[in-house]
Amino acid sequence: MPLKSRHLLGLQGVSKEDIQLILDTATTFREVLERPIKKVPTLQGKTIVNLFYENSTRTRISFELAEKRLSADAVNFSVSTSSVSKGETFKDTMRNIEAMKVDMVVVRHSAAGAPLFLTQICDANIINAGDGIHEHPTQGLLDMYSIREKLRKIEGLKVCIVGDIAHSRVALSNIYGLKTMGAEVSVCGPLTMIPRFIEELGVKVIHNIDEAIQENDALNVLRIQIERKAREYFPSIREYAKYFGITEERLEKNGKDILILHPGPINRGVELSSGVADGLNQIILRQVTNGVAIRMAVLYLLGTLK
Amino acid sequence: MKVILKNIDVFHPAQKLNKKNTDILIEDGVITETGSLSEKKYADAEVYDFTGKVAVPGFFDMHVHLREPGREDEETVVSGCNAAASGGFTGIACMPNTEPAIDSAEVVEFVKKQANNHLVEVKVIAAATVGRKGEIISPMAELHEAGVVGFSDDGAAIKTAGILKRALEYSRMYNLPVIEHCEDESIAGGSMNEGLNSTMLGLPPIPSVAEDLIVMRDILLSEYTGGRIHIAHISTRKSVEMVREAKAKGLKVTAEVTPHHFALTDDAVKTYDTNTKMNPPLRTKEDVEEILKGLKDGTIDCIASDHAPHSAEEKEAEFEHAPNGITGLETEIGLALTELLHKNILTLEEVVNKMAINPRKVLDLPVPTFEARQQANITILDLNEIWTVDLSRSKSKSKNSPFDKRLLTGRAVAVVNNKKMFYQDKFIEL
Ligand SMILES: [Zn+2]
Repeated sequence: MPLKSRHLLGLQGVSKEDIQLILDTATTFREVLERPIKKVPTLQGKTIVNLFYENSTRTRISFELAEKRLSADAVNFSVSTSSVSKGETFKDTMRNIEAMKVDMVVVRHSAAGAPLFLTQICDANIINAGDGIHEHPTQGLLDMYSIREKLRKIEGLKVCIVGDIAHSRVALSNIYGLKTMGAEVSVCGPLTMIPRFIEELGVKVIHNIDEAIQENDALNVLRIQIERKAREYFPSIREYAKYFGITEERLEKNGKDILILHPGPINRGVELSSGVADGLNQIILRQVTNGVAIRMAVLYLLGTLK
Repeated sequence: MKVILKNIDVFHPAQKLNKKNTDILIEDGVITETGSLSEKKYADAEVYDFTGKVAVPGFFDMHVHLREPGREDEETVVSGCNAAASGGFTGIACMPNTEPAIDSAEVVEFVKKQANNHLVEVKVIAAATVGRKGEIISPMAELHEAGVVGFSDDGAAIKTAGILKRALEYSRMYNLPVIEHCEDESIAGGSMNEGLNSTMLGLPPIPSVAEDLIVMRDILLSEYTGGRIHIAHISTRKSVEMVREAKAKGLKVTAEVTPHHFALTDDAVKTYDTNTKMNPPLRTKEDVEEILKGLKDGTIDCIASDHAPHSAEEKEAEFEHAPNGITGLETEIGLALTELLHKNILTLEEVVNKMAINPRKVLDLPVPTFEARQQANITILDLNEIWTVDLSRSKSKSKNSPFDKRLLTGRAVAVVNNKKMFYQDKFIEL
């Protein structure tokens, strides 16, 4: 059963069957990754460009590894952000890549909609590796995969996304995917970081972290951007850590065994206390491997579409 | 030269004129007779048959961005005037956000000189503050003397309430309006209207309250100073409500709306088409409904295009990086007739008021009439022609419009002004 779309631009509108298919395919590849020879010839002869307009070593390496494991020819194309201030560069680059007759493009861009734009000028399968504050579908799939791996299901679970929802590309992909799979989704963070109207997506808004811990089966904790302008949205890191950070005391107080996910890298002592972060190490490492499996699944399913 | 506009309907609400199937005789650009003309008048006259078409006072677009001086690659005064003529306007007012800004008599003179002797009359709106920087009010007395028709820092609101107060006090001496682009920049700063759509598209939001706040400030300061405020491109429900209240109190507040703010909603942004990116942004259905109400009840005085040409290279960028604004001169009348007249929101009289009469009243300009010995300043409409917008045929140097290929009902087929007629895609000397 093939996927319904030849691109993966986001999880909005992706059907339950397709998500299921990707997660199940990832399970197969997850087994491949445990073998001594981790390579399969599935995408031999296919050329994939990793087009990164934004620095994201983790995501890029994860895709690159997935491509190599599938025996595809991977080309990395990183464009420094300073040279993309002009839009024509983007279009020109696309035209160049199109002329190279590549089969697939994995694109990361700081502007929402860039992958969609790409589908209009380029014939290849496009995979969104994160566009602005819009979507990051493979991260969403990976998070769902990890939840399913740990809790053995997604349907009926209560999952809360914690942190800066308004400036996150992971939040929307999680919301769309989890809801499609039948989970109950909430978001938790300071109201300055929750986009208005998000309730209309069928999401509950919480601004008390204890309530979020009590009510949910899993927390997907986003990395707080302490470096840049996100800082304008909360008074201080100390205050954020105190009122929205997840600590061992908090977890104990609420007496709950709760699954915590984090896309990494963690700001220790901010969104997660050091103790909680330590306890998470295994899961985070597993998530890295799961990430490769998910990306293999997506590349495989799109790359073998007729 | 003698010209007869034959079998034409003549309609002028301010003149209480509504004649079907009559003739207009124009000699050397001046109307000499209106009515059924006798045979002998036809001798040595150039005759244009306009059966079924309606002549109205020349339409005037009070919010146009010409890009001269500074970005002549996007629009010049002449190319903008050609687009205006082709779109059905005999007059436009141009905004001062050029490079350099129109904040001195010299730049006003320069712009007027470019338009010299064109069919389309170009009136200049000068910057309200020097360099549009919001720090010192512009030399308004001198600018008034140079013939400007209003003051605006369009592109942005006048930066502080203090400067706006002074601008209103000063401009009041010349009965000229301060035209405000209402946007609180400390709240705005995104790339589309804030709503479920912005959240789902992952585009930085512009809350409508950013507009409402400045509209409220401006109304208060207009009341306080007695100066005239004109709200440019009004786009939110609350802003319309506040203007309605201000008018009920008898304050000197007027407002205009663009066709895109009544013809589109932020649903149009879903494709990330950068030709749906403008400032103020496309709003919601609720906002559009209030705008239609405001047009009907007179809260909104004028329809203006906010014609904002941009080069294809700049618009072909990522949505967040693309510049704001769309061209509008050549789709404006078609959109107004399609969306307002034919959907029974406005009568023809109201359309003419909002596109020919009120803009001139706001800018303190005389309204053209069909009386004898008046210069012929006429827009000729075909109210029922069904046509498709074709940007490739646009007279503007830029083609950034979301309305390409849109089916419209009604358009201007000719304009007459300044001893010239634009008809069937060419200028004719009269
Ligand atoms: Zn403006």
